[in-house]
Amino acid sequence: MLEQVARTAGERSDHVWPSEGVTRVPYWIFQDRDIYAAEQKRIFQGPSWNYLCLSVEVKNTGDFITTFVGDTPVIVVRDADGELYAFENRCAHRGALIALEQRGNTKAFTCVYHAWSYDRQGNLKEVAFKDGIKGKGGMSASFCMEQHNPRKLRLAEAFGIVFGSFSNDVPPLEEHLGEEIYSRIGRVMGGRTPVVLARYTQALPNNWKLYMENVKDSYHASILHLFFTTFELNRLSQTGGIIVDPTGGHHVSFSAIDASSAKDNEYAEQNIRSDSDFKLADPTLLQSFKEFPDNVTLQILSTFPTFILQQIQNAIAVRQIVPRGVDRTDLHWTLLGFAEDTPEQRLIRLKQANLVGPAGYISMEDGCVGGFVQRGIAGAASEEAVIEMGGAGTDSSESRVTEASVRGFWKAYRAQMGL
Amino acid sequence: MKDVASLINHVQNAYARCIDNGNLEAWPDFFEENCTYKITTADNYTQGLEAGVIFANSRCMLLDRVASLREANIYERHVYRHFLGQPWIVSEDAGEVHSETSFFVARTMRDGTTDVYATGRYIDIYRLNRDAPKLRERIVVCDSSRFDTLLALPL
Repeated sequence: MLEQVARTAGERSDHVWPSEGVTRVPYWIFQDRDIYAAEQKRIFQGPSWNYLCLSVEVKNTGDFITTFVGDTPVIVVRDADGELYAFENRCAHRGALIALEQRGNTKAFTCVYHAWSYDRQGNLKEVAFKDGIKGKGGMSASFCMEQHNPRKLRLAEAFGIVFGSFSNDVPPLEEHLGEEIYSRIGRVMGGRTPVVLARYTQALPNNWKLYMENVKDSYHASILHLFFTTFELNRLSQTGGIIVDPTGGHHVSFSAIDASSAKDNEYAEQNIRSDSDFKLADPTLLQSFKEFPDNVTLQILSTFPTFILQQIQNAIAVRQIVPRGVDRTDLHWTLLGFAEDTPEQRLIRLKQANLVGPAGYISMEDGCVGGFVQRGIAGAASEEAVIEMGGAGTDSSESRVTEASVRGFWKAYRAQMGL
Repeated sequence: MKDVASLINHVQNAYARCIDNGNLEAWPDFFEENCTYKITTADNYTQGLEAGVIFANSRCMLLDRVASLREANIYERHVYRHFLGQPWIVSEDAGEVHSETSFFVARTMRDGTTDVYATGRYIDIYRLNRDAPKLRERIVVCDSSRFDTLLALPL
C-alpha cells in the first residue's frame, strides 16, 4: 500500500508512459494542464490535418465560416479566385477575434477593436490612423503591414470535406490518410453534393481524447448501446471489421448485413442486456433505402486527431471534436443529406437522425460515458486503463471484438506528443 | 366554452406537469395520432434546416421514444422543471390554433446539481377537439445550439 502511494507520488509529475506500451493508458493524460497545452502545440498546430468545414458551406465568393483547430479559432473563406483560404481568427494587433459570426459573406474582415482590416486571404491591408492625425501619432515609419498577419493554414479537400494544417511538414492529405481511409471517405461523400440538414453542438464533460477513444471503440457499441443490439442494427457477429491505418491514427469500423448469418445467442450467454421482445410502434424509423452498392450499413471513420465521418444506415454526419479545456469538449455535429435525395429519401434521413446526436437512440450514451470516466479517474492520475481486447496490436481485423483502433489512436498520439 | 388562450394554457400546464413528474408514458397523449414533434435550434429553424435533434412524424414515434428511454437508453437519473410563459395566439381558424409559448427548463441531476438546461419557444399547432386541444405539431425551438451532455427527457 505504502509502496503504491510512493509510486503514485513519484510518477505524477514526470509523465512517463507505462512500459507496457499502448495496452495501458495513464489517467494523467486526461487530467493534466501541461499535457493539454502540449497537445495544442504538438498535435493541433503540429503535423496534422484538421477538419474545418464542408466545401458547400463556403460555396460562394466571400462566404466564410469560423471554426477551430484544437482550441485555436480559425476563419475559412472563399476568395474571388474561387480558392479557399484559412487563417487564425486573431487580429495581429492585440489578439481580438477578427470575425465574431459563425458564418457569413464578406469582402474583407475588420477587427472591431481598432479596425485593423484583412483581405480574404488573411493579409493585413489597413491599420486605422496608421499615419496618425494631422501629422501626429500613427504607427512608426518602420511598421510593415506585410509582416503582421494572423498565421495562415494549408488547406486540402477530400471529397468536399475541407481540412487545414498549420504545418508545412505534414504530407499531402491523401497520402497522409492513406488509400484505405481516403477511399472510404469517397464511398460516402464522393460524386454527389452534400446538403446540411442540421447543426448542433453537444457539450461533453470530459477530455477530448475520451470521446475519440469512444469513437474508435467498436467493443462497446453493442454493449452500451442497447438500442443498436435490440433492433439488430449491429451485432458483433455481423460481418464487418475494423481498418487501422499504419500510423494508427485513422480508422474505419464497419458492419454489413449478412443474410446468411443465423441469430446467435452469444449475447444471452454473456448476460448482456438484450431484450428482443422490444418492438417499435412505428418501425418506419428503421426503414432504410439502399444508398451504396455494397451491403455496409454502418461505417464509422475517424481521422487523427479529431474528425469523424459517420454512416449509420442513411444517417450521414460529420463530427468535429473541439477541446475546450482539460475536462471540457465540444462536439459539433453536421447532419447531411444530398442534393440528389428524393423527398422520400430525405424523410428517411430525418427519421434516422433520431439515432444520433445528444438525443440519439444509439449515441446518447456516448455523451455521458466520457464524463463517467472523467469522474471515475479523479484521484487516480497514476493509475491506468487496460486496453487488451484483441491483443496488443494496432492492426486491421475482421473482428470488432477488439480495441486495436483505440490502441492505434494512442500509438499515433504518443508519436506526435513524443511520449 | 373557455377562451382559446386559457384552454391552451391549461393543456400546456398539464404537459409540463406530465414530464416534470416523470409520467412520460402519458406524454404522447398530448399529441394527435398524425403529428409532428421536433426539437431543433433557433439557428437551424431560422436557416430552414430541416433535421431535428429529435424528430417524430407520428404519435407512435413518441411512444417509441418513451419506450427507448425506459428500456434501452442509459443516462443518469435527472428531472426537469418547466416554466412556461403565457401562450401567444398567432391565429385561430376552423378549430385549429397556431400559438407560441416561451419555455425555461431547469435540469436537476442525481447529485443535486441544478442548471438551466434549455430556454426557447414552442411553435405549436393545436386542434381544438371541443375542450381538449391536442397537438398536431410542436416545434421546440431551443435558443442555444448547445446541448449539455445529452437530451434524454422530452422538452
